[in-house]
Order: sequence, then C-alpha cells, then structure tokens
Amino acid sequence: MIPEIGHFALWLAAAAALLQAVAPTVGLWRNDAGLQRLAVPAAVAQGLFTALAFAALTWAFVVSDFSVKLVAANSHSMKPDMYRFTGVWANHEGSLLLWVLVMALAGLAIAFTPATLGSRFRDRVLSVQGLVALGFFAFLLLASNPFERLSPAPTEGQGLNPLLQDPGLAFHPPLLYAGYVGLSVAFAFAVGGMLENRVGPAWARATRPWVLGAWALLTLGIALGSYWAYYELGWGGWWFWDPVENAALMPWLAATALLHSLVVVMKRDALRAWTLLLAVAAFSLSMMGTFIVRSGLLTSVHAFAVDPARGLFLVVLMALYIGGALTIYALAAGRVAEGRQFHLVSRESVLVANNLLISAILGVVFLGTLYPMALEAATGTQISVGPPYFNRTTLPLLLAMTALMAVGPFLGWKRSGTGHLAARLLPAGAAAAVFVLVAAWPFGVRGVGWLLGFGAAAWLGAASLSMLLRKGVTLAIAGMALAHLGVAISILGATASGALQREALVALRVGDAVELGPWRAELLDVRPVAGPNWTAIEAQLEVKREGHRGAVLKPQSRMFVAPAQETTESGRAGWRTGELYAVLGKPDGSGRWQVHLWVKPMVRLIWWGGLLMAFGGLLALGGKLRAFAPHKWRRQLARPAQGAA
Amino acid sequence: MNRRLILLLPLLLFAGLLIFMAGNLGKPQEAVVRSHMVGKPVADFALEGVAGAPGLAASDLASGKPVLVNIFASWCLPCAVEAPQLQALKDKGATLHGIAVRDTPEKVAAFLARHGNPFQRIGNDDGGRMLIAFGASGVPETYVVDGEGIIRHQHLGEIRPEHVPELLAELEKAR
Repeated sequence: MIPEIGHFALWLAAAAALLQAVAPTVGLWRNDAGLQRLAVPAAVAQGLFTALAFAALTWAFVVSDFSVKLVAANSHSMKPDMYRFTGVWANHEGSLLLWVLVMALAGLAIAFTPATLGSRFRDRVLSVQGLVALGFFAFLLLASNPFERLSPAPTEGQGLNPLLQDPGLAFHPPLLYAGYVGLSVAFAFAVGGMLENRVGPAWARATRPWVLGAWALLTLGIALGSYWAYYELGWGGWWFWDPVENAALMPWLAATALLHSLVVVMKRDALRAWTLLLAVAAFSLSMMGTFIVRSGLLTSVHAFAVDPARGLFLVVLMALYIGGALTIYALAAGRVAEGRQFHLVSRESVLVANNLLISAILGVVFLGTLYPMALEAATGTQISVGPPYFNRTTLPLLLAMTALMAVGPFLGWKRSGTGHLAARLLPAGAAAAVFVLVAAWPFGVRGVGWLLGFGAAAWLGAASLSMLLRKGVTLAIAGMALAHLGVAISILGATASGALQREALVALRVGDAVELGPWRAELLDVRPVAGPNWTAIEAQLEVKREGHRGAVLKPQSRMFVAPAQETTESGRAGWRTGELYAVLGKPDGSGRWQVHLWVKPMVRLIWWGGLLMAFGGLLALGGKLRAFAPHKWRRQLARPAQGAA
Repeated sequence: MNRRLILLLPLLLFAGLLIFMAGNLGKPQEAVVRSHMVGKPVADFALEGVAGAPGLAASDLASGKPVLVNIFASWCLPCAVEAPQLQALKDKGATLHGIAVRDTPEKVAAFLARHGNPFQRIGNDDGGRMLIAFGASGVPETYVVDGEGIIRHQHLGEIRPEHVPELLAELEKAR
C-alpha cells in the first residue's frame, strides 16, 4: 500500500511541476496575474508530494519490503539499519528520486525567500525550475519507476554493493545532488534573466547566494567522495581522474568561475554575457555528468547499471534544456550590453584572468574525458587518457591561478595602483621562499614541480591569512579569504603527501618486520573477524617510529555475504596531519601475506582544505543571508563586527 | 567574427556534442584492452641481455617449443608480487623469458637479486618498444608464444597463484 501511495504522490508532484512550469509562463505572456500567482502554490505542492514519495520509498527500504523490485535488487534484510536507509539513493531510481526531491526543495526555497527582483521575476524563475523538474519526473515515472512491484515477492533481497556500505556514501551523493540542483537554480535565474532582460548587478546579487550554496555543497561532496575513494578502494590515491570524478569536477569548476564572474557583474556591471554562459554551462555540465554516469558512455571504475534506453531519455532532456537555454542565449545575449570596459591593473581584470584559467582547466578536463570516446568513434582505436595527461595540463594552470589568487584581493576595483602591492605581498613572498627552502633542504625534496607546489601553497596561504587579519573584515571577505586558505591547504596536502610519501609492497610472515625510512612495521597477527554481513581476514600491523608511540593498523580483506563480493578495507592511523595506510593482499601460499604500506605526510590536509573551502563559501553565504534578516537582527549581528573593527 | 555568430557558437558546439553522444549510446564497453597481436607472429627484434642473462631476440621465441614471455620492470610493484608465481611456473617445467622495460641494468639486477630470477633470457628494452610490439597495455603482462614464434595468449596484470594452472594449460595448448 505505502509504495502505491508513494507512486501516486510522485504523479501528483509531476502534475504540480507541470502546473508550475505552464501557469506562470502563460500568466506572464497573457498578463494574467491569477495564473502567474499559481507558481508559488504549485512549488509548495511539488515539494510536499515529492517529499511524500521519497518518504514512501525510504519506508520500503527500512522495513525491507522485497515486493518492491528496487528494494529486492538493492537491499538485504541482514544489512545494517543505516545502509538500509542510505540504500534508498545508492541505486539509479532512488538517486533520481533524491534528485527531484532536492530540486523540489530548492523550488520551495525560491518560493519562500524574499523576491528581491520582484514577484514577476520569481515566478519566471519558478516556471523554468518547474520545467526542468518536469523532465526529471517524466524520466522517473516513464523510464525508471522506483515503486515497481515484484510478484511473487522474493523472501530475501540481493543486497547492496559492499563498496557502497560505508558512512562516506551516506552523504556523498546527497551533497553532490544538492550542489547540482543548486546550480539548476542559477540556470533558472540565467534563463529568467535573459527572458525578462534583467541581467545586471541586482540580478547578480540575487543569483550569487544560490551559486555560493551550491558551490559549497559541491565542494563538500567532492571532498567526501575523494576521501571515500581514498580509504575504501585501497589504492592509496585520493584522485584518479576517472570520468565519473571528472563529471563532478567540471560543474564545480564552472561554478567556481561563475562565483567570481558574478562578482564582476555585481560590482562593475561587466562580463554579463560571459556570466550567463557560465550559469548555463554549470548546470549543463551537472546534467551531462549525471548522463555520463548513468548511460555507461564512458568506461569508469564506477560501475553503474548501463541502460541505453535511459541514456537516450537523458539525451532528449539535455537537448531540450541545454539546447533551449543556449538558443535563448544566442537570441537574447546580444541584447545584454557588455557593460563597462576596465583597466588592465584592477580587481576585475584579475578576476577575468582567473576565469580564463579556470575555463582552460575545465576545457582540458572536458577534452581528456571525452577524447577517448571521440577517438574510438572516429578511428576505432581504443585509448585511455590518464593522470599523466591531466596532471601535466592542469597543474601549470593551477599554479598560475594560485599566483593570481593571492594578488587579486589586494587590488582595487576599476583602476588600481600597484605601489601598495609589494608591501602587502611581502609576507606571502617570504612564506613561499621559506617553504621552498625547507622542502628542498631538510626534507630533500627534488623536482621543480613539487617545490613549486610548496611555494604556491605558502604564497596563497600567507596572502589569505594576511587578508583575514586586515581591518574591517566583513563576513564576505572572511569567507573568501578562508576559501582561498582552504585551496592553499589542499595544495599543501597534495604536494607534501606526493613528494614525501614512502611506499613499500612486501610479503610478510607473522612476526616479520619491514623498515620504511624512519618507520618500522611489524606484522603482529593475521586472524579472522566477523561483522554483521561479512567475514574478514584482518592483519594487525604495528607501525612505529623511533622515540614515538606506535600505532596498530588493521587492514582487512572482507568477504560480504550478500552479494558475495570481496573488498579491501584499508587499515589507517593518523600521524600528525598525515596517515599511515596499509592494505592487506593475498597470502602467497607459503605463510606470507602481501602487505602494501604507505606513509603519507599531511595527506589529511587535502580534505581539511576542502572543508575549509566549503566553510568559507557558507560563511560568505551567511553574509548574504543577513540582508534578508529583519532590521532588529541585523543590528545585533552588526555589533560584534564593529567590535572587531 | 560577427558578435551574433559568437553567441551562437555554444549552441552549435553543444549540438555537435549531443549528436555525437547520442550516436554512441548503447555501444558495448570493453573495460580491458586486449592485444591485437594475439594470433600473429612476434615482430622481429633483438635485445641485449641484462643482469648477467643472455639477451633475447625474436629467433629465441621460434625455438620449436612454447615459452612464456614476461614483460616486467623493477619499478612495477605487481611484478614483485608475481615473482613467486613465475618461480612456480619455472619449477613446473615452463621456459620463461623476460623483457625488462623502461629500466636500468643496475635496477633490474637488484630487482632479480631480491625477488629471484626465473628467466632463461632477459632482453633489456629501455625504450619500452616491446610493449608496442606485443600490444601490451601495461606491466606486468605475460605472453604464451608457441614454437613458431606466434603469440597465442595474453595474461594481463600480475599472475596470482590461481593463474598458474591456467598458464600451464595455455602452454600445453600451444604445443
């Protein structure tokens, strides 16, 4: 019964989306205020019914209702409670339902935040949002119904892929989806802005909080995904340039560029057409990313169920939405005057350079991701494009960007003097020099690339810190400085964990030890252990450094019951900001066990930096939301800021 | 360029991409790139020896009896992992030749001293050309070459204990 209620609620939500798309459009066209005003109630109805449908599917998963096909295919009664819950979105249909849920909630948020651009504009945005949601409802109901029943119902489900039974997965997809969908709001604002001819500083001010929020969530989602891949896959790496990773990275890059170009529109009313294009591109790339992941178009370590019919459906949706938006862009962006010109040495010109560099990185990642597919279609040759390509092309661009990121915030708008720059950047320059020297001498780092990485991290980090310490810091500036500091910290983590990493692959008997630089690892024991739905062989590996307390790493080789599948669970322990990381391999038949051991200094900084970036974004968003707060609150919030200044 | 045309450009590029992606839907995926050289004779080559072992040439592979050719490198971790299995294959009577790719003689010698040397002949291929000659997509890979010098079987990645009987059977088949 409850799945049928969910199914019915989904149809009602789709109907609400249809109403939300059509009524305001017709109302605005015919000047019928009654029809136009339906946008908000329709958005509310869509939100409520979608939430009801999602709750129904969640219920089916939590009580293990195996008469629902999706539950039978993806769950198991022995699965721990938490993964029965996260299993809702760890599959194609459920994740799409999550997508429309987040989209409907975003619609609710648009309906209830103050319409700073007027109710006409809000209703226009809601109609675009409803139109986009409608396509995804159609996709769900016609091609991927999550509530399909099985008769007779099996007594047991097939279980969830063990790699996905992990706390990291509980939050990775929802965060990414919330980010993607946040970008759909920017998309709706862009399309609405073009249709209503409202693109300008006020439009940018209204759009930017959505982009900020989406960007922060995407940052969190990507950082979490990277951390999950790092500890769950047991390969010792944290980014593999896999197509699916790139699919999430590309919208993030576009959103990052968009965040910065929106500021130029806000402050100087320039770069309008470019900003519109970025807003369209950011959501388009999100859709394309979902498409790439779902259609099986590219070979990836992320094995999702491949279904060409669904792929075709998504192609049609993309043709309608992206094609439609770009058509409007081609027609309407010409009306959007380019705004004012600007001087070479100014905040905005550095932001433009930053935009170009991010776009170049985006282009390079895009090419690298699609090139193997293009080449195979054209010549039949199979190739794979891997880390050597991506690292060599993106890292120099990233270095150049880091150099500029430290300078830009110290420049004024319009036309800036350069006299003060030397003094402002002195700490950054000094920090960079010290980091490079320390890396090169006591730590013996060789290789220009690594040294540049250390230098860039220190340069940007010191510049961002000195920004935080300046007088009159607002929430927006503090958010920006913290996000930049996060980038610096991530770069430091990536550089140090790469340049100073030690690695050993050895076959050990119980009682054997191996030396790894100043570290000594001894295999204490190998024994069987059991969990709720798995058994495992667990090694106890004591890792010690002279004069320090040791840590015992417990890497496992796990055998899951349903589905029967093996996973490696890395054994990890913290060492300052770095990690000791071990993976247990196969026995060699003579009593020795393969052990893969890494010492990765500062590796945790990579994700801490990501967290800090997201936090900076949210802090800046807090600064924006303050504008919505009633006057009384605003005065209270303003007081501590005055005290700080 | 005309401004109108510039604004139209994103749409045109997207349309091209979309047509291309739609055309590629439903194509079967091959996650593993198999060598095109299986079933073909080994290209002519002659490599110098390394680590005290005699060198390897194409003529050594057409010796009348099937052999295993193992492509390895001292910098390759899975190559160290499969060393006991290579030894097991040798102990069961297989003839093994090695090709060390993109490596230096000193490092190869140290690698073999540490992990054992099951090879009769080892060719030093510092340029990595043999990867292309055999159609390898990486290291380690192991090939069964029959008595006439024709590549009969490709084993991708490290040889684990369960693969040893498989490879012995492939050798028997190539006889």
